[in-house]
Amino acid sequence: MFEGFDAVVLARAQFAFTMSFHIIFPAFSIGLASYLAVLEALWLWTGREVFINLFQYWLKIFAIAFGMGVVSGVVMSYQFGTNWSAFSDKTGPVIGPLMAYEVLTAFFLEAGFLGVMLFGLNRVGKNLHFLATLMVATGTLISAFWILSANSWMQTPTGYAINANGQFVAADWLKLIFNPSFPYRLVHMVLAAYLTTSLVVGAVGAFHLLRDQRLAGPRVMFSMAMWMATIVAPIQILAGDQHGLNTLEHQPAKVMAMEGHYQSHPDGAPLILFGLPDQREAKVKYAIEVPKLSSLILKHSLNAPLAGLDTIPRENWPPVPITFWSFRIMVGLGFLILGLGLFSLWMRWRGRLYDSRLLHAFAMAMGPAGFIAVLAGWITTETGRQPFAVFGLLRTVDAASPLAAPAVASSLIAFVIAYFIIFAAGIVYILRLMAAPPHPGEEGPRADVPTRAAGIAPAPAAQGGHA
Amino acid sequence: MMGIFDIAVVWAFIIAFAVFVYVVLDGFDLGLGMLFPLFPNKADRDVIMNTVAPVWDGNETWLVLGGGGLFAAFPLAYAVLMPALYTPIIAMLIGLVFRGVAFEFRWRSRRERNLWDIAFAAGSLLAALSQGIALGAILQGVHVDGRQYAGGWWDWLTPFSMLTGAATVVGYGLLGATWLVMKTEGELRDRAYHLSGWLLFAMLGAIGAVSIATPFLDAEYARRWFTWPNILLTAPVPVAVAGVTVLLLRSLANKQDYRPFFLSLALFALSYAGLGISMWPYIVPRSITIWQAASPEGSQIFMLFGVVALVPVILAYTSWNYWVFRGKVRAGSGYH
Repeated sequence: MFEGFDAVVLARAQFAFTMSFHIIFPAFSIGLASYLAVLEALWLWTGREVFINLFQYWLKIFAIAFGMGVVSGVVMSYQFGTNWSAFSDKTGPVIGPLMAYEVLTAFFLEAGFLGVMLFGLNRVGKNLHFLATLMVATGTLISAFWILSANSWMQTPTGYAINANGQFVAADWLKLIFNPSFPYRLVHMVLAAYLTTSLVVGAVGAFHLLRDQRLAGPRVMFSMAMWMATIVAPIQILAGDQHGLNTLEHQPAKVMAMEGHYQSHPDGAPLILFGLPDQREAKVKYAIEVPKLSSLILKHSLNAPLAGLDTIPRENWPPVPITFWSFRIMVGLGFLILGLGLFSLWMRWRGRLYDSRLLHAFAMAMGPAGFIAVLAGWITTETGRQPFAVFGLLRTVDAASPLAAPAVASSLIAFVIAYFIIFAAGIVYILRLMAAPPHPGEEGPRADVPTRAAGIAPAPAAQGGHA
Repeated sequence: MMGIFDIAVVWAFIIAFAVFVYVVLDGFDLGLGMLFPLFPNKADRDVIMNTVAPVWDGNETWLVLGGGGLFAAFPLAYAVLMPALYTPIIAMLIGLVFRGVAFEFRWRSRRERNLWDIAFAAGSLLAALSQGIALGAILQGVHVDGRQYAGGWWDWLTPFSMLTGAATVVGYGLLGATWLVMKTEGELRDRAYHLSGWLLFAMLGAIGAVSIATPFLDAEYARRWFTWPNILLTAPVPVAVAGVTVLLLRSLANKQDYRPFFLSLALFALSYAGLGISMWPYIVPRSITIWQAASPEGSQIFMLFGVVALVPVILAYTSWNYWVFRGKVRAGSGYH
């Protein structure tokens, strides 16, 4: 059945699949943890009940999303070894410590305070509980710091040497951690997480406002989410532009693939809006172009020369079609998000934030946009790094484990089946929670236990008598 | 043993510590999952789940530290062992995925017969069995060529690895049962006492079987355990096992709720020490020593700062978390 596939292609498919599944949850929980911290702070500060109701409402959703992030994350921490053992042997001394620090500074922090955050409000009191929420939120950000540093090092490796065993070793830890693309990637990803969460929160608020504009909880969450989108979307577009310029400097082949520039343009490169990149013929078919605009964006000059993939050996080309299209999906969604933010600002100014059905419908439709943009962005940057695992230094084909194709194919199938089951169930449960509006006296994640247990268990007498 | 005490040895102990803490903490979580089918009453299951809901995530993090630490401190061992243990590791991960999401999902399902209870039990069993099989596969050794695994993807499957798999299932079951004794009351606790007794005998049988089988894997294991003067070091291990067993039987008979769990942990610690004695100084038995697998000193020292500064802090707030949720969990009380 799998004779036609080689183990490396299957291993890449497996990594792409498990990673894509995983990234959705951190992208949501980074933003949601911060949002929960803000809600709790507002509750402690103002004492307004609506904030604690919203906090409890989103906490239940956070519990499910966080759990799914944890279990899919544990898978990732072993994928390096199972499917990419040559990569592990060679990069372990430099990437391993970054991940070890992620575990020590972030994962334990999140896990250690999650129990109190979810179930402990009445056990530890408001202030300690707020501290727990802050620790979880901080943990998600620290986690982003380390894992993006590790990923950025694979994109723009610096601060390393190579030892007698062919392993990368650290020459300068600071240069290694703060490698050239890291600051840009960190800002871009954290903003993306905040935007993703604000779009989800906004969509849920809009959904309930469409039914009843007087609901206090949905009004507050919708307003907060739209402020976030309005303010962060333009900043994100600027940050993305800076990230792109950084990529042009350090990974020009990736930008060529993103732009669809197979050919060099000595006097001003066009911006290809759409087209069908053909890797074999090395050209973009049916291209719709704006002359000189690419040079203006990337070099800030209409006639600046831009090199194309024809200046790079063919065996080092990234796959252009995927990179080209995923980039357009990300950018397109980015501008739609900006549009939503500006539209909401206009409606807010006219006093119609809570009764514009068009705005609410738009916000609802944009609910999943952040997830799609995050995935498209990651596909752009990871595919654009190919054919290298460590850019320019270690090829992906030389990074794989010495495994037979059937082994990798079997595990891929197992992951696909398992993830589709839990993904489908998780989405249903999250949507079900979102379908009910937050109400006064909203309870935390485990508060439904007693009523449900009493309703289903035959008789409490069986356990009674020694309570 | 050879008068070598350097940073690689320090890291071998750190990884061993992380794996041990994982086995101890997630051992009882997984044990509870495997005992789930024996407690069909929904109210009992809710109580069982609530005894670990606030702590399971932290428990599993030690597995990430063990795996991540191995990747960072002994990348060659990680690169050789992971492909060698491919099937058990993938099976373990998928087991952990199902039992992990079940913690939240089972409260959200509207079905009367909760499918996530099955996922919780089956996932726990699969994870525990896989971990035990992986242990056996490591002990029996793997084919290494140069810096790579050179065997097939079913090499791990032997009677010995099946034995260690079964032993781990039984051991985790004992930890789970004694945890329930400590955390519950009434009829639920009485049944946990009953189960603990049976599981203790099964555990002793498993320890005995693995101890008898191990020396037959390799002459070096036999030499390590049974020759003079090594026997001075190794003989106290079985003697201590016998002593702990007597104490454990007494605490079960006298219904001292807190003791059986900690004495079961002591049994695990002794078994673990026995494994350490067998493996030392190899990280991949008979092929790769801890020094051969070690990361460059720079990497190990860089991480050592983090471990020395952070592990005490982690242990402190993890203990605080357990303290907040201390005491017996009552039916229907939940956490609120």
